[in-house]
Amino acid sequence: MNYEVSIGLEVHVELLTKSKLFCGCSTRFGASPNSQTCPVCLGLPGVLPVINKKAVEYTLSTALALNCKASNFSRFARKNYYYPDLPKNYQISQYEEPLARQGYLEFELEGKLRKVEIERVHLEEDAGKLIHGEATENIEEKDMSFVDYNRTGIPLMEIVTFPVISSPEEAYQYLVNLKKIPKYLKVSDCNMEEGSLRCDANISLAPKGEKRGTKAELKNMNSFKEIREGLTSEIKRQSHLLDKGKRIIQETRLWDNKKKKTYPMRSKEWAHDYRYFPEPDLLPLEIEEKWIEELKAKLPELPQTRCQRFIREYSLPPYDAGVLTDSKELADYFEECLKSFPQPKQVSNWIMGEFLRLLKEENITVEEVKVSPTQLGKLLKYLKKGTISGKLAKVIFEEMFKTGRKAKEIIKLQGLKQITNEKSLRKVIDEVLEQTPQAVSDFKKGKGKALGYLVGEVMKKTKGKANPGLVNKLLKEKLSIL
Amino acid sequence: MKEKKINKEEVRYIAHLARLELSKEEEEKFSRQLREILAYVDKLKEVDTRSVAPTSHVFTLKNIFRKDERKDSLPVEEVLRNAPQQRRTQFQVPRVIE
Ligand SMILES: [Zn+2]
Repeated sequence: MNYEVSIGLEVHVELLTKSKLFCGCSTRFGASPNSQTCPVCLGLPGVLPVINKKAVEYTLSTALALNCKASNFSRFARKNYYYPDLPKNYQISQYEEPLARQGYLEFELEGKLRKVEIERVHLEEDAGKLIHGEATENIEEKDMSFVDYNRTGIPLMEIVTFPVISSPEEAYQYLVNLKKIPKYLKVSDCNMEEGSLRCDANISLAPKGEKRGTKAELKNMNSFKEIREGLTSEIKRQSHLLDKGKRIIQETRLWDNKKKKTYPMRSKEWAHDYRYFPEPDLLPLEIEEKWIEELKAKLPELPQTRCQRFIREYSLPPYDAGVLTDSKELADYFEECLKSFPQPKQVSNWIMGEFLRLLKEENITVEEVKVSPTQLGKLLKYLKKGTISGKLAKVIFEEMFKTGRKAKEIIKLQGLKQITNEKSLRKVIDEVLEQTPQAVSDFKKGKGKALGYLVGEVMKKTKGKANPGLVNKLLKEKLSIL
Repeated sequence: MKEKKINKEEVRYIAHLARLELSKEEEEKFSRQLREILAYVDKLKEVDTRSVAPTSHVFTLKNIFRKDERKDSLPVEEVLRNAPQQRRTQFQVPRVIE
């Protein structure tokens, strides 16, 4: 039977503040274990947390970009549970009074505009990192776990959707598009490998038209792809049960990426009884309209809007516009390049082709690229003028990309300028014709292929610097009078 | 309002959440004590609070922030000083894994 699927996603995003949410410890990734901890984030008795204003601003800005309504009144709450990654035995989170509610994210899905409603956006502190003994070689460490509290207290923004997503593909696209927002705002790098973006899902099935079924929660998915796979496998499992008239039990299931299926979490330790109560060590927040207006005014043009503008303003195909606006840095690069070479489609081809290819090859970010957008523009100008051939332009660009040298310099230094001087080309042609009498006679006998061969010989002799069109023309001229 | 009865079942549940092990006698004793405490708190319900907003503490201060500035963390030897067991500057605990 066909069921209606309801998926809700809970995304956690680590914020790029310099210091932690409630103390001055550094948030830098990759520091040696427990070197970035203090009495506040270690939960030692008698300490007092103080809210990092930047973290609140980052959360509010993201919420506004997601069309949420910022709360006038907001408060932190204690979420109580025992686990070694949580030194205080409670996490400072938000419960009934999140920073913002009721937003949405719009994106395209299979050519149609989809709108996913967001229930809430709140701020909380991250927990520590647990390393389990099985990850080590040492046998005596197999039944131990090790705790690093560097991550404890790093600001974590939680974005929760209503259960309105109706397919794994839609969930995937929502995540791809959601991820762009904190990156555009520069409030998070959303790096799943480093754990700065994490996602849990809940999913329920019901026969068409009936009210929502019992949901299962899904955890332990480590990439957007795994989330899509996990949801797909869970739909299969649940519809199979429902088909046989069985009931779905409300439970948390973990994704096993090797076996490509979900399995129920064993322990009941996570019984959802967190006994939330208002955090007495922190004062409530009253978010004034003026602050919100200031933050709104500072929002950059957002990916979806920018993509639409690129299609409209530059007559780019939607595919190009989508690729170019994938990150703010790339879109900025593109527009900067247009200033020195105002040919959008050509610039787009170069960025989507050579530029992104080399970016991937060198494994660097747009910000690390040594070629300035103006320099790329200049290179394209040379290409347009015919100073260099398309093939050479690619070679020169690669050189520019690797060394950061200017197009002009490389062309000059390596004598890469295209030979457009008819006189010197004629000289080369004469030499070639003299050395290849066979090809000349073939041509005379009407073998068209011979011309291609001769052009190739001239190109070889000029190390590819000759303008092929011109060579063709001059060769034909010469051959016709032979 | 009816006073909430605390039975032994609930005491066991709360003890479990707090990771406490209670003997039979303690379960009995704490059930009784918690009942008494709740009965005492119930007295507060006699006050009419319909026009008072719920408060989490007595200060009227709001919006107290700190700037996003780094401060020195503790030296790692200090961090681990109270740890019963440690290894490679990490806290060592019995294996917890799902
Ligand atoms: Zn700290």
